[in-house]
Amino acid sequence: MFEKFKARAEGVGAEVYRFKTRTEALDFILSFLKTEGVSDSDKSYAVWSDSGFLKGDEKQSASEKLPGLKFEINRELAAGSLAGICEMSYALADTGSLVADQTSIGNRLVSTLPAIHIAVIGTDMILEDKTAVFRKIRPETSNYIAFITGPSRTADIERVLTIGVHGPKRLVIVFVDEMKG
Amino acid sequence: MGKKFKKSINSAINNPVLTGALGKFSEAYRVNRAKAYEGIDFEELRQTIADRKAYAAAHLDELAETFKKNAEARGAKVFRADSAQEAIDYILKIASDNDVKSVVKSKSMASEEIHLNKHLEEIGVSVKETDLGEWIIQLAGQRPSHMVMPAIHMTKEEVSDLFSKEIHERLSSDIPRLVEVARNELREKFLEADMGITGGNIAVAETGSIVIVTNEGNARMTTILPKIHVALVGIEKFVEKFEDVVPILTALPRSATAQLLTSYVSVITGATPNTDGTMKDLHIVLMDNHRTEMAKDPKFAQALQCIRCGSCLNVCPIFRLVGGHVFGSTYTGGIGTILTAWFEELGNSEDIQGLCIQCGNCKEVCPGKLDIPEMILEIRRRLVVEKGQSLAQKAIFSIVNNRKMFHAMLRTASVTGKPFSKGGYIRHLPLFLSDLTEGRSLPAIAATPFRDEFKKIKQPASAEKIGFYSGCLIDFAYPEMGVALVKILNKAGYEVVYPQDQTCCGAPARYNGAYEVAANNAADNIKALLRDDVKYIVSACPTCTAALKYEFKSTFESLGQAEFIADAERLSAKTIDFSVLAKQLVDEGRLRLKKGQNPGVLTYHDSCHLKRTLKVSEEPREILRKAGYEINEMFECDMCCGMGGSYSIKLPEISRPILERKLTNIKNTGASLVAMDCPGCVMQIRGGLDQSGENIEVKHTLELIAALIED
Repeated sequence: MFEKFKARAEGVGAEVYRFKTRTEALDFILSFLKTEGVSDSDKSYAVWSDSGFLKGDEKQSASEKLPGLKFEINRELAAGSLAGICEMSYALADTGSLVADQTSIGNRLVSTLPAIHIAVIGTDMILEDKTAVFRKIRPETSNYIAFITGPSRTADIERVLTIGVHGPKRLVIVFVDEMKG
Repeated sequence: MGKKFKKSINSAINNPVLTGALGKFSEAYRVNRAKAYEGIDFEELRQTIADRKAYAAAHLDELAETFKKNAEARGAKVFRADSAQEAIDYILKIASDNDVKSVVKSKSMASEEIHLNKHLEEIGVSVKETDLGEWIIQLAGQRPSHMVMPAIHMTKEEVSDLFSKEIHERLSSDIPRLVEVARNELREKFLEADMGITGGNIAVAETGSIVIVTNEGNARMTTILPKIHVALVGIEKFVEKFEDVVPILTALPRSATAQLLTSYVSVITGATPNTDGTMKDLHIVLMDNHRTEMAKDPKFAQALQCIRCGSCLNVCPIFRLVGGHVFGSTYTGGIGTILTAWFEELGNSEDIQGLCIQCGNCKEVCPGKLDIPEMILEIRRRLVVEKGQSLAQKAIFSIVNNRKMFHAMLRTASVTGKPFSKGGYIRHLPLFLSDLTEGRSLPAIAATPFRDEFKKIKQPASAEKIGFYSGCLIDFAYPEMGVALVKILNKAGYEVVYPQDQTCCGAPARYNGAYEVAANNAADNIKALLRDDVKYIVSACPTCTAALKYEFKSTFESLGQAEFIADAERLSAKTIDFSVLAKQLVDEGRLRLKKGQNPGVLTYHDSCHLKRTLKVSEEPREILRKAGYEINEMFECDMCCGMGGSYSIKLPEISRPILERKLTNIKNTGASLVAMDCPGCVMQIRGGLDQSGENIEVKHTLELIAALIED
């Protein structure tokens, strides 16, 4: 399932990583953000809409390691950020898509406004297809269900595929085998 | 057809940017679409969509009520607008009540249908389209030329000029740079907008959800950032259940842009939190604007099964030549013709309905199972009922309506046309075929029509008989094809019966909306063809075969004439196309092809009605291979040749480039022979090759087979 998902997602321009533990994933994300130039100045922030991935004092130590990484989210910060990080709930193997209930405004902002969207997800959350995910997420309980498949794209000028129109220019998917570890 | 309309066709056809971009796109689309559907049973998928959407179309009022109840329970405000004006008034009121100064829009065809931007701007609201293609079009002050790719007719240089003017900075035509400019410019508009307007691709009654499908991410911005969100949704977007979203989401991106899924799909149910913690002011406008009337019309209810993917445009041989601007309305292409006739008025479709050549490509790929060609014929029929035939057509069809007069006239033509003929072709055919020879030669009318030739043929008597329906072209232009057919069937042990009272199949009248004439033709033929006790009625013209097999009945049904329907069904059961019969005879061993022949290489052209109405494409290839031919397939072998009966007379400017494309594809195979199963295609392609001076032979399959059967 993972390999199928990876092939589909990369086929539409997403970058796919997989880590055994949560700690390894966190280390990767922080060093990735640093490499991309996240810093404590406008247009260079990173906003993380955390829904339980980070434990204990990890938020604090992450901010210390990486100045410019913010956990409190508003539209100005999201608009001034280079990268946004949030968890997604499910991955669909047949189309390489990520799916989540994004009723929370924070999740929507960080996955929409910054140029880079980093999506964190458990490897065990890969489902086969839309039919499977519609059994898990229902509009009766989720006001905003978001499907994200690769980065933002257009072919509106001379049919030339161009990445990154209004939404993120890069979608970086970080799979974690042991979410609890 | 109006002069202005003809002029717009000519300017589109002579715009190399438009035809180049659309042509390349349509070629790539076919391949990419097929790839996107790999592993999916398309027939099963589209049947599901058609069933679910047909159910919704039959329960529009009920679903609208259910939707309203469920969406409002979740905090949305739902307004049902019967007319375009009601939708406009409601949206303008929201804007003025909330002191809205700026609006960002995500692409919505429904908003274009009611010219919403213009109305908002008139009350002083600034409106920005945010879909890149739509923004380009807005800056250029133009209309979209394609439903899914609005600016496909523009070059990157033109876009660069527009953007340079907008941001007061000279830009190069580097596409990624231009896209970056759009990102930066529109980002500010998103952040400062008071209201976001979107359409909706699907509306789910049981949950009150709207589903929005985009690639650029602009719909996400439009629904997240402004505090007011207005979704303008045509009520044809309803489905009953949330599960019904799955098949539509499976088909829509694949059919629209050959993607497995678009970058973003948002399912919005009720109000969501804004960025400042307040709740979204979500208004959903359910717009009828004649859709309910359409749902009640038995011929057009199926149009509400459309999911607006635009695949009918992408496979249309006409659309790729003329683009969307000639349609002059919001919706373009085949489906656009139908929607214009309903959402505006029937009369507005008068010119554009004539663009359809009835090739049937759109019907094959439609994920909603719409029979667009059939609906366009119905529009033609209603236009004729409403406005009457043109005088010229009236004159022609009054002749076709009367078999004796029609045939007498064709015989006269064979004499008067003679002085002009040159090597089997003439420059100016008499009668209604005049003025259509530009770009191709036309056959002389035969000195002896097949109906007379037939009487001279000495057939071996047999108890097994097959009736032959020749159609006008074989009868009066290509009698040698009829002679070849008799030879083949005699060899297979059949005696051929040729009912002399048979007449035109009615297709020309029907395709021009003259259903009364088509019905008279059908009745005459039924009488003539059911008189003898024969095993089959065979035809070697797929257009005629389709008429006998399917259209006689449907013509009677359209006119509410029940009298001949049972007979039409009997005739339909007996009717068989030559290529199907020939393959059957070869398989049964009744027809033996000579062994050890090596007649060479040919390429095969699939005729529209044979491939897509009669669903026959392998049979002729198989018998040609058995006869020893090697087939070198041409590119787009099943694309229309541009003949379309009288189409090539009415719109020669479109027919000609379609033919040229076909000729190029034939030449590129290097074969010196092209086979086909339709005398109309033979006339078009043979004439085209004659005028371009190519030394490529054009033959009906039966002529080739007749030369290669064992005695």
